[in-house]
Amino acid sequence: MGYYAGIDVGSLTADAVLIDEDGKIASYAVLPTGNNSQKAGTEAFEATLAQAGLNEGDVARVVSTGYSRARVREAQGSKTEIACHAKGGLYLFPDVGTIIDIGGQDSKAILVGREGRVINFAMNDKCAAGTGRFLEVMASALDVGLDKMGDLAFESQEELTISSICTVFAESEVVSLISQGKAPADISMAVSRAIARRTTGLAARVGVTDTVVMTGGVAKNRAVVKLLSEDIGHSIKVPDEPQIVGALGAAIIAREGDGG
Amino acid sequence: MTEFKAFSKMKELMTNYYIEAKTTKEKPIAWITSGAPVEFLFAMDIIPIYPENYAAMCAASHQSVELMEAAEQAGFSQDICAYARTDFGADITQGGPAAGLPPPHFLLCSTNICKTVIKWYEVVARKYNVPLFIVDTPFLHEGLNKDLIDYTVTQFRDLEDFLSEFIGRPFDRDRFYEVLALSQEAAEHWRRMLYLGKTVPSPFNSLDSFIHLGPIVTLRGTKECVDYYKLLYEEVAERAEKKIGSIPEERYRVLWDNLPVWFKMRRLERFFEEKKCTLVVTTYANSWGGMSNYQVEEEGDPYELLAASYLDVYINWGFEERIKYLAQLMDEFCLTGFVMHSNRSCKPYSVGMYRLQEEVSKLTARPGVVIEADQNDPRIYSDAQVETRLEAFIESMDSI
Repeated sequence: MGYYAGIDVGSLTADAVLIDEDGKIASYAVLPTGNNSQKAGTEAFEATLAQAGLNEGDVARVVSTGYSRARVREAQGSKTEIACHAKGGLYLFPDVGTIIDIGGQDSKAILVGREGRVINFAMNDKCAAGTGRFLEVMASALDVGLDKMGDLAFESQEELTISSICTVFAESEVVSLISQGKAPADISMAVSRAIARRTTGLAARVGVTDTVVMTGGVAKNRAVVKLLSEDIGHSIKVPDEPQIVGALGAAIIAREGDGG
Repeated sequence: MTEFKAFSKMKELMTNYYIEAKTTKEKPIAWITSGAPVEFLFAMDIIPIYPENYAAMCAASHQSVELMEAAEQAGFSQDICAYARTDFGADITQGGPAAGLPPPHFLLCSTNICKTVIKWYEVVARKYNVPLFIVDTPFLHEGLNKDLIDYTVTQFRDLEDFLSEFIGRPFDRDRFYEVLALSQEAAEHWRRMLYLGKTVPSPFNSLDSFIHLGPIVTLRGTKECVDYYKLLYEEVAERAEKKIGSIPEERYRVLWDNLPVWFKMRRLERFFEEKKCTLVVTTYANSWGGMSNYQVEEEGDPYELLAASYLDVYINWGFEERIKYLAQLMDEFCLTGFVMHSNRSCKPYSVGMYRLQEEVSKLTARPGVVIEADQNDPRIYSDAQVETRLEAFIESMDSI
């Protein structure tokens, strides 16, 4: 049986997905990218092989994606995250129309057409406001684990605002809120709200359709998803593993024989 | 970059021009903006010097950062146009290619390209203690009209008086008409060359046209400029005739809106070639094909036509006109999509770009992408961010 792999090496995590001939997910891995993106890609790939009990030779084709897509040694082709999230999102939710992906250094809204074709997309401008990196910086300022930020926000009692859209300035706002003795839960909620607001603009630009799916690491933050859903006035579906959608899309593209 | 034979001719032309400007003892020097009516200067034997052109050279030769830093240290804000900062820095340090520009005897600026030039040239005027003549060309919110033309013509008359007094002899009308004819002829060759991009595959790409812009900006109104663009036109026409494309395989044909990213020319060229995408046409290079695009009649007064051509430039147009023009280029050049460079330095060129993208996409049913960059400041540019957006855009395009 032939297998296909997608490797998504982004700024925060390196993810790999292995699918079989029928397109069924065989295994996946999510690892921190660290300071060596090439090595991280390899390790994620090897982790999926080990899990599935396979060798590299069992994989017919590998497609890479993410910011380091050009440096993934194992890949025979590459595609942008935009194309991969569209494919991966469609695989998980066949009626998907709009995908909102918030990754480490990019946030994007994608309008998906038939067969996972990208009809339109909008991305954050140069700055990292509203991205995963933004959330990470704020988590560190609050001294809260990144994965705890969302749950913490739900304990919020008081509404606070972070008005700056710049990550650096927003961080100093957070620091100043901490020094005023504001509760971490309230600050966490304010951070989530800031991200949701930024992302709403992107979604509005491409259009909110009947089925909205959120992918990328930030989709694990329940507070952001809830606020974003309120802002766009539409429910949002989140896959069980939102971080692997890019790699999954790349694997599907590999299976289709595409990816240049 | 396409290897045009004319390239060496252009280098020679531009080198001679700068050498003359740097060494002349007799001719006065005027610093001038890229969209100002240079014909008046040539008519009076004045050498025009273009700080914008020089700033672009600084960036293309990767010298703009240190110059901008010098300007910023002197107190100029990072939010000012990077051309202005590069030039201020070159002036402060006497750095940059050929060690700065020859000092001006007076300045001529026109507001058809932006309003920054007013303050920019006032700074220069103060520093060198020289006169500044401003040709105010109002923004065309709703197209051209007689009042706007009359208003501009009045200023041309004042400009003549100013030049006549400054040089100390009457304004030379006969010579002026000769210059106008030469300017018009050069612009026509340039325009015809650019329109050869309609050939599939395109015989040149926009990065070529950015490189070959030098003489039409700086020397229009001279015989050398006419000769050069005639030569270039013929060379490109021959390639078009033989169907020689600018890249080995052309699958996508796109428009580029706004100025080039001068410090990324090579990298972007390689990027687009790898993706089998030709930048076929640009609103920027086209501007100098429209400028001076008037007929010089044997009798009669060409001033109104000249005024119209300097008012009627893309960057001085309102929204509706821009949308129509972009959509028209998309059709005429058989394009598969368009790239809009949201240029931090150039606000009048970049304002409303997302809306433009939306409207043009809707009208033409073809995709467009907005990239965030700058014409001259590499410090705010990110290769990965720009290329991911461009790549995703190319993935979403239908090939020809």
